[in-house]
Amino acid sequence: MAAETTICARGLNLTFETGDGPVHALKDVNLEITKGDFVSFIGPSGCGKTTFLRCIAGLETPTGGTITVNGMTPEEARMARAYGYVFQAAGLYPWRTIGGNVKLPLEIMGFSKAEQEERVARVLDLVDLAGFEKKFPWQLSGGMQQRASIARALAFDADILLMDEPFGALDEIVRDHLNEQLLQLWARTEKTIGFVTHSIPEAVYLSTKIVVMSPRPGRITDVIDSPLPKERPLDIRDSKEFIEIAHRVRDGLRAGHVDD
Amino acid sequence: MKSLLPVLTVVGAILLFWIVSVVPMNMHLTADQAQREGLVVSPDTPAVRQEYSGIGLTLQNPGLMVRTYTLERPRLPSPHQVAGELWNTIALQNVTSRRSLVYHGWVTLSATLLGFAIGTGLGILLAVGIVYNRAMDMSVMPWAIASQTIPILALAPMIIVMLGSIGIQGLFPKAVISAYLSFFPVVVGMVKGLRSPDAMQMDLLRTYYASPAQAFWKLRLPASVPYLFASLKIGISASLVGAIVAELPTGARAGFGARMLVGDQYGQPLVTWAALFAAAITAAALVGFFSLMERWTLRRMGMQAA
Repeated sequence: MAAETTICARGLNLTFETGDGPVHALKDVNLEITKGDFVSFIGPSGCGKTTFLRCIAGLETPTGGTITVNGMTPEEARMARAYGYVFQAAGLYPWRTIGGNVKLPLEIMGFSKAEQEERVARVLDLVDLAGFEKKFPWQLSGGMQQRASIARALAFDADILLMDEPFGALDEIVRDHLNEQLLQLWARTEKTIGFVTHSIPEAVYLSTKIVVMSPRPGRITDVIDSPLPKERPLDIRDSKEFIEIAHRVRDGLRAGHVDD
Repeated sequence: MKSLLPVLTVVGAILLFWIVSVVPMNMHLTADQAQREGLVVSPDTPAVRQEYSGIGLTLQNPGLMVRTYTLERPRLPSPHQVAGELWNTIALQNVTSRRSLVYHGWVTLSATLLGFAIGTGLGILLAVGIVYNRAMDMSVMPWAIASQTIPILALAPMIIVMLGSIGIQGLFPKAVISAYLSFFPVVVGMVKGLRSPDAMQMDLLRTYYASPAQAFWKLRLPASVPYLFASLKIGISASLVGAIVAELPTGARAGFGARMLVGDQYGQPLVTWAALFAAAITAAALVGFFSLMERWTLRRMGMQAA
């Protein structure tokens, strides 16, 4: 079966007009993401990785070029609820229980009561939060809150999951654990994942495709297809292949800085 | 309950200051009365006594100190006199009697509550308009602020007279003035509350393709609840002040404001002071009620009270 293209960007440009003149957040970005890919966007701040993710989500409008998501414009894809989005902060509503928070998109999208219950139970189980349904956000740790926000993004079963530095605010031990869980989740759900990070080990450990970006103007400097197997225990990070890819990512990041 | 001791300490200090102040404040009146009753007072003519301060006269006549606490028409009533008057007019009167402070309290309270309901409703509507409508955002707030700079004491009689001239009397005009004072904190608080969700929260709803109505009911409104309660506590006390002020300039025959005015005009300070205290107690009870409501609601919503 030929691989299906999920996200396709051609000559994508985005320029913000600011008081100090135009800022090229994205310049001539070309990228193709295949269904089932785990794609990481890595680069220093200002390289446009978050902006690109927001373009995919239809939260920003590009000023040039084309981008399609599931063959539609991002705006249409957003209307079709084609993706779930996880932000850097969990952003759970303090007045809703964990179950209530996961239910939020389902209520908005008009799922039946019975289906809401069923889906909440299923996705909470998926992120290992079964039994926490009736707890309020403040009763959970930061890592658990972020897992709940992932469950919320999974609840309506979009086949794309966009994650904007979801573990950026968490400590490294929690982060390792969540990375491992995310890989398992990805294997079980076969979603296409777009993942923004500024951690090289995180990008290499998680991804099938690593997109290295650099700033001023925001652009892609390297796209690396990872040769690592789908099955990845944490200690794969000590293997030769892993270290080689990490090297290539680091070189890509450094190349982007030459003109500074 | 941790705050009980500090509160009692402050109350005790105020009470002590009050009790001590009664003596010099009432000494001239006491001296005049004692002289009429044939007691020896020094100096012995009212005109000369006027040259003395209250404290100076007290030092001349230490024996009269006790009598300053029991004057029938004192300049400053003592705490036990006010308490006695409160007891007489609250507990010992039929609540439908014109001598009962409960009756007068209800007259003021009903206007307060009606005005508060109108003001809160209006405040929430204006806040929603300000948040959702750009034209209102640009125009309403300056007017709302300007409205609060007009002395209510000047405005109240005008409103009452104008409404009276078109045949609206009694409860409603007073409620209008209460509403006038109480809508403002609600507008300010609710605008802040409805705008409290950050850009990320709004983006999240965009990713769900949520409608503006869904964003309002599911995010903005619940997020504004803590702000609303802060405003309600300010609004209810402003509302009570509004109702009392509305009773002052118009010759109202009932209500706390009317009692204060009657006490002043007929030289019965106890009546004024009792009304003043009853109003303060009512205000405290109303604010206390909303504090309890706030705690209960926020706890039910899963948010701990701040």
